[in-house]
Amino acid sequence: MKKGIEVSIAASIAAKLARVEAIAAYPITPQTHIVEHLAEIVANGELDAVYINVESEHSAMSACCGSSATGARTFTSTSAQGLELMHEILFIASGMRFPIVMATVNRALSSPLSIWGDHSDVMAARDTGWIMLFCENGQEVVDMIIMAFRIAEDRGVLLPVMVNLDGFSLSHVIEPIELPSQMMVDKFLPPYSPLYTLHPNKPVTMGAYAMPELYTEAKYAQEMAIINSKEIIKNVMDEFGKQFGRQYKPVETYNTENADFVFVALGSIGENIKTAIDELKGEGKNAGLVQLRLFRPFPSEELFSVLKDKKRVAVIERVMPAGAPNGPLFQEISSVMCTNSLLMHMENYIVGLGGRDVLPESFIDIFNGTACEKSTVPIRDKNFKVIGVRG
Amino acid sequence: MAKPMEEYKWHELNVGCVIEEVGNAREYKTGDWRSFKPVWNNEKCIKCGLCWLYCPDATVFKTNEGFYLSNLDYCKGCGICAKECKPGAIKMVEEGR
Repeated sequence: MKKGIEVSIAASIAAKLARVEAIAAYPITPQTHIVEHLAEIVANGELDAVYINVESEHSAMSACCGSSATGARTFTSTSAQGLELMHEILFIASGMRFPIVMATVNRALSSPLSIWGDHSDVMAARDTGWIMLFCENGQEVVDMIIMAFRIAEDRGVLLPVMVNLDGFSLSHVIEPIELPSQMMVDKFLPPYSPLYTLHPNKPVTMGAYAMPELYTEAKYAQEMAIINSKEIIKNVMDEFGKQFGRQYKPVETYNTENADFVFVALGSIGENIKTAIDELKGEGKNAGLVQLRLFRPFPSEELFSVLKDKKRVAVIERVMPAGAPNGPLFQEISSVMCTNSLLMHMENYIVGLGGRDVLPESFIDIFNGTACEKSTVPIRDKNFKVIGVRG
Repeated sequence: MAKPMEEYKWHELNVGCVIEEVGNAREYKTGDWRSFKPVWNNEKCIKCGLCWLYCPDATVFKTNEGFYLSNLDYCKGCGICAKECKPGAIKMVEEGR
């Protein structure tokens, strides 16, 4: 049965359904509702978990690493500056192969100070070795958090997973969401059985240093783990689909079969693009949407098989690629095309920075090729277009 | 570790590079990046043991005669022993001389 519920609250209930054993968190807008509600759940005795109050996100992620090392199922959540403050520990969590799950409520980075949503924070953390999932709506947030633990704790993966949801436009929205029963989640997600734990009866060393003779091998092993996780992620998604009736794929498509033109996007903006696609369809024009549920490991093959026969691709991003020729998503897709020796017409649009509204009309303008005439000031040496900038 | 680290292949490493055996640090000689080494003058030495006490890596040991020496496999050449030696019996000498 579906229930009208705030997505942040639903995210904390998903963590509860996953029976997390340790939560270390620091409040930061727009993530606060998630950990606030989790604190309430723990305080009410509804969840048997250790709730660690810390003095910063740097400590929150450090505490998560510690609790994960002892074999506890660990959850945290953050946003923007908080994610950047965690930055160095993000590498430690992935390098030491701790299956921590973090809900990252995406928000713009200072300065100028902005509490609203865009992807500046997660894009700055994209190469930290975390598996990254992106959600389009509240239902996906709940499902992804449950799946994230299953993926992270798989013996073939053992890597931290970040579940990304857009700040405010997703986190603070009340949506009809189907919350699975505890019994169903228990059936899908067995208790975490760690490979190594810190225990006085059997001492081990974790996080030792590696001399130049060994660091390359250690990093290669970690890279192989994240690359090989893709197949496991697909299997977990399939199994989730069979059990819960909601099927997810690393790369999802909408109306791409008939269209020569496709948008590629991440996160909740996909819903607006779908509205634009439906409107275009009414006018007899065909556009498609490719949405990445999985961003790390990058689903290169899946993406290539969808995009290879398209005539025009518009990559939509919510981050300002400072000093770069293009946005990060565009660069990754073009590198996939290059390695497959395929040159195609690709455009890069920067939209919705710092919570700026993005309406379906913008995507219709992009499709019609009129978006730039209306609202774009060209920048020398740049290939991307910033939609809506006043010049 | 069961073999020298430069012989390990990437897939032979434990997940997260966890080390399961206790005390294997002694297999790695960490004194190879030292540029100065301590040299004891036993004529000045009063066998007080301050060098042994202050060595941050516990490389200083007591000989059968009651004098002191540093295990150069692990000595980093920090010079703390020489600095703390009250009678001035320890001199830091450049490696290779």
